[in-house]
Amino acid sequence: MSLIRATKNAVAPGGKHGLSNRESRDPIGYAVLALNKLAQSELIDRMGLRKQTEQTVFTVTRSGFKVAGQAGRAFAKKGKKGADGVRVPAANAQGVFDLTPTDDEQMLVDVVSEFAAEALRPAAAEANETCVAPDDLLKSSLEIGLPILGVPEKLGGISEERSAMAGTLVAEALAKGDMGLAVAALAPGAVATALSLWGTDEQQSTYLPEFTGDDVPAAALALNESKVLFDVLKPSTQAVRAEGGYVLNGVKTLVPRGAQAELFIIGAELDGKNVLFLVESKAEGLLVEGDPAMGVRAASLAKITLQDVKVPADAILGATDGSTYLEAVRLSRLAWCALSIGTAQAVLDYVTQYVNERHAFGEPISHRQSVAFMVANIAIELQSMRLVTYKAAARAAQGKDFSREVALARKICGDKGMQIGLDGVQLLGGHGFVKEHPVERWYRDLRAVSLVEGGVLV
Amino acid sequence: MINLETPKKHRALIDQAHQVAMNMLRPISRKYDLGEHEYPKELDMLAAMIDGLSESGASEGAGATGVRRDESSDDKTVKNGANLASVLSVAEMCWGDTGLLLSMPRQGLGNSAIASVANDEQLKRFEGTWAAMAITEPGIGSDSANLSTTARKDGDEYVLNGEKIFVTSGERADCVVVWATLDKALGRAAIKSFVVEKGTPGMNVERLEHKLGIRASDTAVITFTDCRVPAANLLGSPEVDVKQGFAGAMATFDNTRPLVAAMAVGCARASLDLTRGLLEEAGVEIDYDRPAQLQSAAAAKFLQMEADWEAAQLLTMQAAWMADNRKPNSLEASMAKAKAGRVGSDITLSCVELAAGVGYSETELLEKWSRDSKILDIFEGTQQIQQLIVARRLLGLSSAELK
Repeated sequence: MSLIRATKNAVAPGGKHGLSNRESRDPIGYAVLALNKLAQSELIDRMGLRKQTEQTVFTVTRSGFKVAGQAGRAFAKKGKKGADGVRVPAANAQGVFDLTPTDDEQMLVDVVSEFAAEALRPAAAEANETCVAPDDLLKSSLEIGLPILGVPEKLGGISEERSAMAGTLVAEALAKGDMGLAVAALAPGAVATALSLWGTDEQQSTYLPEFTGDDVPAAALALNESKVLFDVLKPSTQAVRAEGGYVLNGVKTLVPRGAQAELFIIGAELDGKNVLFLVESKAEGLLVEGDPAMGVRAASLAKITLQDVKVPADAILGATDGSTYLEAVRLSRLAWCALSIGTAQAVLDYVTQYVNERHAFGEPISHRQSVAFMVANIAIELQSMRLVTYKAAARAAQGKDFSREVALARKICGDKGMQIGLDGVQLLGGHGFVKEHPVERWYRDLRAVSLVEGGVLV
Repeated sequence: MINLETPKKHRALIDQAHQVAMNMLRPISRKYDLGEHEYPKELDMLAAMIDGLSESGASEGAGATGVRRDESSDDKTVKNGANLASVLSVAEMCWGDTGLLLSMPRQGLGNSAIASVANDEQLKRFEGTWAAMAITEPGIGSDSANLSTTARKDGDEYVLNGEKIFVTSGERADCVVVWATLDKALGRAAIKSFVVEKGTPGMNVERLEHKLGIRASDTAVITFTDCRVPAANLLGSPEVDVKQGFAGAMATFDNTRPLVAAMAVGCARASLDLTRGLLEEAGVEIDYDRPAQLQSAAAAKFLQMEADWEAAQLLTMQAAWMADNRKPNSLEASMAKAKAGRVGSDITLSCVELAAGVGYSETELLEKWSRDSKILDIFEGTQQIQQLIVARRLLGLSSAELK
């Protein structure tokens, strides 16, 4: 390849800087590009010609800086090999249409709502900037029992029956405080719930005591991959059988708290079927780098690269026929729906107050139908999102097929949730566009709902 | 315990309604769409059957009559009662045919008004009657507080004068519930409803409208000229209570709006069910596990419509469930009607578009459903009126502040 062609390829527009591959540069374009390269040079920074604004300490705000996974604790193998784990029974509904949470669920919601208002909301703006959830906030989230919500009582958790409904209510209540921090707080619980639902006796005995103890590890359910038109049911991450176990290769993205996580559940294809693998962070070949996104930034999103990562034969979580993987995808989508409801409720509450206080043309802007009807539609669609999601969650808790219901919930929460984020900013006008108000963050967070897979699960 | 499934105790009723809709309404659906103003005589037999079911206790309010709030026996348990049964069975019947449901003897919206605001004596006296509802006038629609039909007390009678339009089943019903003002100067508090029986001198059906949809249902223009009705036919209290204002008369809407929402839900489901089948025949499968954006545009549209439909259905059930459990539900009733009304139009019109020529032609019923659905976003409070109610409630604004 000639030098010119190589250079041309290096600066070809396709796929970089948001340019489609249908763009082409003319000579002036190349000259401008060269100038831009110079402007980006580190040299001028070293000469003190430009104010250093980036954070000097690497967190996860920057991508392209790969490190090995968390050294992590040693999860000592316990329990009976091959024996079934403990399972909780499905909830029994008695066939009555009812929108009242149980007393236990209401108690949980009350506690979590207070936590969301007192702890999450005030910390949200800074956590969005730094892409890190505060330590004390995460500690408090353990104290109120978030990671053990879906863990059976017998295994030290608080679940007496299938907890999809309770998990949905809790995720909603948390996200009303902040979606990014909610995802950060819920991520370990997603793994603990998955272990409770599908783990063998050995897997439950090995890992769950860590989640029910005092020093709960960060952990993450990693299903997402960065691919245009990504189909979670066709992951490119591959598992192949190797001596004594499997070898995994692939890249998972938008993984919450990936840099701190000590345990991952990784979705991969094995023999043409989709399977979940338990992978400890210290596994050789597992690399983590920051993967900050448009929103949900407080969840410290990360990219996990698996290069010939070896896992033992008993690392498979659940069934190998694709059914467990599919169930996890559905339950994860359900959790995202719940998050969108909480954030959309935050938007509604905020704009309701704002449009009544903001004056224009001599009266509150809420006195105008064009404004008031937007608020009414937010409320109507929000309740729509909530009821469709609750129906899916209640069916999941009752052990009924909820594939249709969760699909509808995800569709309506994706569509209407985004519309609510959009209208929230619009109602505040220019004030909605600046970071003095939280609505621009909610706008960014709500975009996630119809596209992110994994990370949370109820 | 949160559970949004169709109540177990109502499943038999709904299955029954579905069979009636499929085997009785669908076969005559096009016939009365084309033969506007012909009396659907088949419905007399159906009405007799529904009455029989009601008496046998097998059903629990198969139509609009089952909306009265039972004030007795509060044992704190969650109830699935007559309101839920009504919206679910009405939706099922409208899956059959909305125009015919509206023509169902003894199931008129006037019956809901009677059930909602009548005293016990009136309730007994008007049992088994078929009551139409007359609110709209040539000069007022949504602004019903501003109506100009008058009722003047004269001894033991009220004398009614005025013109009412858009009276559903106005010619066929046994009686009409008429909104009129005792004193226009006193505003909405002076508006009362009167039961006027068919054949009362001074009451005259002037003409029947030709309409876009629900053509099986007759829509009458009725005039009242010195029309005398017994004072005992005034529903509720005759006192003009300025403080209570419009609340009495408007309470009817808390009960009828979920029913109209249910009609939109039923009509839209007819379109969805058929379109799904037609799409499958055309090779389009709906995959619930793959995101809509990875499927064909037709499948993605279908998923969006089904999600909106599900929301409309659940909002409607919520409003009815609240009425069953005696929780105030004006806000939820308006939310349900707003959502179901607009979703009904989007679904039925989009299904015509998806089915293309098959949808537009009279050989299928898709085009008919897309005409029938439009009225459901208009009567018993337009889309915009529902938004106004929801907005005022949320924002804590009066009708003077948010006009």
